Amino acid sequence: MDLHLSESESAFQAEAWAWLAANVPAEPLPSLDTPDGFRLHQEWEARLAAARWSVVSWPAAYHGRDASLVEWVVFEEEYYRAGAPLRVSQNGIFLLAPIIFEHGTPEQQDRFLPTMATGERIWAQCWSEPEAGSDLASLRSTARRDDARGGWVLNGQKIWCSRAALAHWGFGLFRSDPEAQKHAGLTYFLFPLDADGVTVRPIAQLDGEAGFAEVFFDDVFVPDADVLGAPGDGWRVAMSTAGNERGLSLRSPGRFTAAADRLLALYDERPDPRVADRVVDAWLKAEAYRLYTWGTVTRLREGGDIGAAGSVNKVWWSELDVALHETALDLLGADAELASAWLDGYTFSLSGPIYAGTNEIQRNIIAERILGLPREPKGAQR
Amino acid sequence: MRFELTTDQQDFAGSLEALLAAADTVAVARAWAAGDHAPGLRLWQRLADQGVTALLVPEDADGMGATPVELAVAFEALGRHAVPGPWVEAAAYLATELSGEARAAVAAGRVVTVAVPPHTPYALDADAAEIVYLAGSDGVRTASAGEPRTSVDRTRRLFPVTPGPVHDTADRAQEAFDLAVLATSAQLLGAGERVLADAVTYVKQRKQFGREIGSYQAIKHKLADVRIALDFARPLVSGAALDPTPRAVSAAKVACSDAAYLASRTGLQVHGAIGYTEEFDLSIWITRIRALVTAWGTPAFHRARILETLRSA
Ligand SMILES: Cc1cc2nc3c(=O)[nH]c(=O)nc-3n(C[C@H](O)[C@H](O)[C@H](O)COP(=O)(O)OP(=O)(O)OC[C@H]3O[C@@H](n4cnc5c(N)ncnc54)[C@H](O)[C@@H]3O)c2cc1C
Repeated sequence: MDLHLSESESAFQAEAWAWLAANVPAEPLPSLDTPDGFRLHQEWEARLAAARWSVVSWPAAYHGRDASLVEWVVFEEEYYRAGAPLRVSQNGIFLLAPIIFEHGTPEQQDRFLPTMATGERIWAQCWSEPEAGSDLASLRSTARRDDARGGWVLNGQKIWCSRAALAHWGFGLFRSDPEAQKHAGLTYFLFPLDADGVTVRPIAQLDGEAGFAEVFFDDVFVPDADVLGAPGDGWRVAMSTAGNERGLSLRSPGRFTAAADRLLALYDERPDPRVADRVVDAWLKAEAYRLYTWGTVTRLREGGDIGAAGSVNKVWWSELDVALHETALDLLGADAELASAWLDGYTFSLSGPIYAGTNEIQRNIIAERILGLPREPKGAQR
Repeated sequence: MRFELTTDQQDFAGSLEALLAAADTVAVARAWAAGDHAPGLRLWQRLADQGVTALLVPEDADGMGATPVELAVAFEALGRHAVPGPWVEAAAYLATELSGEARAAVAAGRVVTVAVPPHTPYALDADAAEIVYLAGSDGVRTASAGEPRTSVDRTRRLFPVTPGPVHDTADRAQEAFDLAVLATSAQLLGAGERVLADAVTYVKQRKQFGREIGSYQAIKHKLADVRIALDFARPLVSGAALDPTPRAVSAAKVACSDAAYLASRTGLQVHGAIGYTEEFDLSIWITRIRALVTAWGTPAFHRARILETLRSA
């Protein structure tokens, strides 16, 4: 058992750090949910891509570095340590790209991956519907076959689509076979958010900014070339990303270790013995998460998969994020209500236990799939 | 980078697991609590034969020359099986802090114990030990034990000590303390895992209102939280075992105390009244965990120590 980086991994780390130290904007960028901030974040993505740091684990042909899993995590650690901007392209590179690599045709890979890597095209995830939240498979938006035009016609409504107010393309599930069982008969589509028949209505979040949107589909045509995976196989295709979202990819430990470091600095500025234990716990839980991630990396590298452990991970980072920011607000005392980076971080952290599958749903998964407890009886679930 | 036990370490864990699973450790613990040390001392010897008391002793001093990782592996197994006796005191603390013949005797399996005030003011199980020590700023002394105090954990008998002559000054008190903290953490982790496993088994069998209680979400979510807490305590133990700095072992102790304590509270709750009985074996782990939460430094002490190291960094 060890935690040593190899020589080449250390070299990679040094190279990443050197580039980040020289290139990370000195002033934080404006929020990526504002038009200006969105554009500046896109420019940052382009800069990352030009130096081949935007998607380090991808093949060189798509702006990547063929980096190993260890190198990828190392990069993420350095990225957050350097205080680099949030990734406006994260839905694409973390949630969609893994399934384009796994289920996409070579033609789709060539068409969609490069502009994703450069940040030129930003993607929104359009899964949730007003009547289909936790029970995602009950979704009702439809896809009707149109043989004459060689494609499908989408109708219905999606909601809570992050970044959709400003993004360019969306990806989502539609019911293509109304006769089939709940989880069957769903198909995975890719579509431009400015296509004929698409209406995007921004929705302001707790912080007042339009971080997500609802998307209405009124006879939107999608050619066969933009179907991801086989028609009717959308649930299986989609679930191969859900694990990514909860697991390693979306919330690398660097985010929390960096935030814990900032919390300690705040404590030094405003020491308050009544809050000290919670400062320690925030550091300790971020450190546990960092080490846990190296365990996951080891298991993945040796052929394991994340599976239901992604749910353990998700509950941990989302609750840690809330606790860490609540602690910071307590240290700020009466100033906590004033606009600040801590307050922004706090507001954002509140969504963690809700998105990517609520923590109640994650606890069900842990209990049933890891502990092997009985499923809810059918009648109780409706 | 490979943050998992090596094959050798897994084999070591497996062999201890097999030995302890076959040893009826519950009966051993119950006898120990009743003052009958014989089965516990026999188990002590068998574990010493496997090298458990010699792990931290260098090979040239007749020890195993193993690392703190093996120590953590061994203590997790001791915790999982609720093995009684002054294990932390002997195999972690004294195996580090003593030198010369005294240390070789620990490695060979002599039963010894120690009080290390202020955090460990009493000598555990002095009535079962051949030698009782007292560690202070001037080194380790032999000591004589007074009248035992009653612990929440009936398998732990705590003795005030009176110092004798200075015996040894290996000057590794800090290191010894930190390794004792690590061993206690690992023991808590093993105990927590055991309580969770038993609770899961129970809630799959026990039926109320016509269904297994484990199908109720209120029960599921409590047990899921225990799984999460233990899963994130484990890497802190491994990290501390690789590099047992004061900060790392304190982090492991805090996380393992919290996780194991949550396991014990939840385990008790899901068992209902039967969990509250002395006769039911779960009681051994519930009281053991409560004792270990404060042994070798309270969570408050360890949190304060972490903050100090972070702020001076
Ligand atoms: C900031 C943010 C960004 C988001 N971004 C996106 C996005 O980009 N794309 C997208 O498609 N969606 C997105 N979502 C939506 C998110 O995926 C859903 O909010 C989530 O799946 C929960 O669905 P819901 O909001 O309809 O809540 P509901 O499913 O109605 O749940 C409400 C409450 O009931 C609980 N509950 C529901 N079912 C059970 C059960 N079986 N057992 C116990 N408790 C239960 C839930 O845990 C929750 O506490 C986002 C949400 C947020 C907050």
